Amino acid sequence: MRCAVETSDPMNPIDPVRIDRRVAIKWMLAAGAGAMFLRGRALGAAAAGPSRTSGGGYGTDPDLMKPYKPGDYWDLTFSDAQRRAVALLSDIVIPADSLSPSASSLGVTDFVDEWVSAPYPDNVRDRKVILDGLTWLEAESSRRFGSPFEGAGDAQRLALCEDMSAKAPEGSDLAPAHEFFHLFRDLVASGYYTTPEGLRDIGYAGNMPLAKFEGPPPELISKLGLADEVTW
Amino acid sequence: MAIVTPSSATDRYDVIVVGSGAAGGQAAYTLAMEGARVLMLEAGRNYDPRSETPMFKTPDAAPLRGRGTPDKPFGFYDATVDGGWQVPGEPYTNALPEKGREFKWWRARMLGGRTNHWGRISLRNGPYDFKPRSRDGLGFDWPISYEDVAPYYDKVEMLIGVYGTNEGLENTPNSPDGVLLPPPKARIGELLARQRGRSIGIPVIPAHRAVLSRALDHTSIPAKLHPGNAKAQRLLAEDMQNRAACFWATPCGRGCAIRANYQSTTVHIPPAMATGNLDVLPNAMAREVTVDSSGTATGVSYVDRTTGLERRVSARVVVLAAGACESARILLNSKSAPFPSGLGNSSGLVGKYIMDTVGANWGGHIPLLEGTPPHNEDGAGGGHVYTPWWLYKEQLAGKLGFARGYHVEFETGRRMSEGPISTGDARDGRVSYGHRLKEDARRYNGSFVSFTGRGEMIPNEDSFCEIDPHVVDKWGIPVLRFHWKWSEHEIRQVAHMQRTFADWIAAMGGTSKHRPDPDGTKAIEPGGSIIHEVGGAIMGAKASASVTNSWSQTWDVKNLFIADGAVFASNADKNPTLTIMALAWRAADRILDEMRRGNL
Repeated sequence: MRCAVETSDPMNPIDPVRIDRRVAIKWMLAAGAGAMFLRGRALGAAAAGPSRTSGGGYGTDPDLMKPYKPGDYWDLTFSDAQRRAVALLSDIVIPADSLSPSASSLGVTDFVDEWVSAPYPDNVRDRKVILDGLTWLEAESSRRFGSPFEGAGDAQRLALCEDMSAKAPEGSDLAPAHEFFHLFRDLVASGYYTTPEGLRDIGYAGNMPLAKFEGPPPELISKLGLADEVTW
Repeated sequence: MAIVTPSSATDRYDVIVVGSGAAGGQAAYTLAMEGARVLMLEAGRNYDPRSETPMFKTPDAAPLRGRGTPDKPFGFYDATVDGGWQVPGEPYTNALPEKGREFKWWRARMLGGRTNHWGRISLRNGPYDFKPRSRDGLGFDWPISYEDVAPYYDKVEMLIGVYGTNEGLENTPNSPDGVLLPPPKARIGELLARQRGRSIGIPVIPAHRAVLSRALDHTSIPAKLHPGNAKAQRLLAEDMQNRAACFWATPCGRGCAIRANYQSTTVHIPPAMATGNLDVLPNAMAREVTVDSSGTATGVSYVDRTTGLERRVSARVVVLAAGACESARILLNSKSAPFPSGLGNSSGLVGKYIMDTVGANWGGHIPLLEGTPPHNEDGAGGGHVYTPWWLYKEQLAGKLGFARGYHVEFETGRRMSEGPISTGDARDGRVSYGHRLKEDARRYNGSFVSFTGRGEMIPNEDSFCEIDPHVVDKWGIPVLRFHWKWSEHEIRQVAHMQRTFADWIAAMGGTSKHRPDPDGTKAIEPGGSIIHEVGGAIMGAKASASVTNSWSQTWDVKNLFIADGAVFASNADKNPTLTIMALAWRAADRILDEMRRGNL
């Protein structure tokens, strides 16, 4: 299975500073906030894999004006049972709270299915991790709880996630499950925070025409002591 | 006159322009507005930004949330058609596959070429940048000086619309009063970077980008650009009124349907077509410039991509503007009895001295920017500020260990991300999820800064392109083979970038994502990947040491001009597009003058 850590930043092969969990979340968001990071990742991925898929993608001149939904370009993969398990797991990764809805309610299940079904090299690689992970999840749930994942109790499902989220020694039984959960979390967060609702939830307030660009709120400028910098 | 087909492109033309991007667009604009009959050849399809730009579309309306794929490497909505690092059926090769020796070549097959998606950063070269060898003994001087190009910078800035300010900094030229448009207000992270940059001696000033921060002055600019030409003035005034000012939303890389930023397809081609003097022939893949027995160019042979058939068009003058490497390819493939090693190549320098921009990225987290109240930070899409190179004196004194400078672009704030997002957080602890993940996402989004260094590469003997003797594209046209090597100057420059960015992030109270590496070889991006490739047909003062003279006219064939970045004798840290346009306008003026004098 692919090691998500090793391939997480192909354009920056510098040894990362060792970071704790909360800091790591920040880097995830940095990747989302910076188009250059994404651009860099895209370049790296394109350079590392085959130069082009043999077909089945959307091609080099797709209609950009049409709205798309998962399944428009390639067939989806998940069975009904897999979809239910993915939806449950997605909502553990991003549950509803008072400010925003859960992952599955924003179409993230469909996005994960679209992702693992796409013909591009990154997707083909991730497909195996996700499908193997879902198989493991069902087997482990049966072994521990005598029930498929969707039939397990909330506390049982959380316990499984808690185990998968912990770093597992390489070669241990849990190592592939951890890799799966890590990738799954990334996909869910990616699918969620690229929807209008998800973007709003993390403070994105753009993508609307304005008569004038006003710059930052004056009270924020004052709070950070930056009033002297506003010279134009 | 308008978009034509191979069978309707039968008029007699004064000039054939090969290419429709910054160089081809500008050359065709100048020529057509001043009365020359022009045929523009574009290898890709026709493209209309007014109807094809996915304005306001959110990532969830795109396949894979818009993320880059081998089909669309810069994302689904990127304004690149049939292109990217590979073009289907049109390969290029690398002589040396190992790391550090690779060259990557981004192409597009669409009207307007790469101007449809570029970053719109529009910086003037300064006086030093045209005479680098005189300053430090390396590379080549240009046969022209800043003063020769300055009037054309003025004209291009007035035509396309560039926001920015005049700061009077070293080798960072001012524009005449009234030429630049007002810069947009700085974002909060940009203000913080400015304040803290000053504390470590780094200036931050308004960026210069080709985005209309207000509508162009259609009442005064046309007369300045086309004195004595009432028709051109009228048509340009009309067209300028059809360009809206920026409404501060939707990424520039998708192109702009309201024509608020510069694309050849929204700025150059529409008024040029309105003159009736410009025909545009899409799907015409130039193979070679044809010559007669006297060594005069007669026209261009091309492959009609819709049929695969080879066709010919003729004109008094040929202008190559296909992009530096593609123009070199056409020259090298234009072999004939008078020119057995390719056209314009008596010096043997066609394809030589390819340069890109030196690039490295650096990210940091800034706690001061955590949890800022949500506000709209889209602005003009790209950066509102930048840092011009600021260590000229130290560098000239030999204190830095590398000879040429870099400028800094940076990105801050909350933007509309395209998925997916990946992390390295399995390295130590747990994979975060659940309510904690959501709380962290709210807190940290927008608290990052990403620095981008953009530096000057010195031309060298090991970075060039040639015809691959073994490979042809699907049209049967021999392809380019690239050779690449960075020198110690570029490698050390990247190490300096890293130290600077790390210090800057620390000055902002933040933490860098990486530790600076004293060896720049790991962080430097591959040759070509900044997509600023220039050189390959450099201009010079002597026919033995250059491909064109100071007018971008080939020494060997007087009715053949090169309007794109191929003529660059150096590649300053300043992004090349504005200079490409200024030189294309200047070359077009020369063509017009020489045609009037009967010399062409």
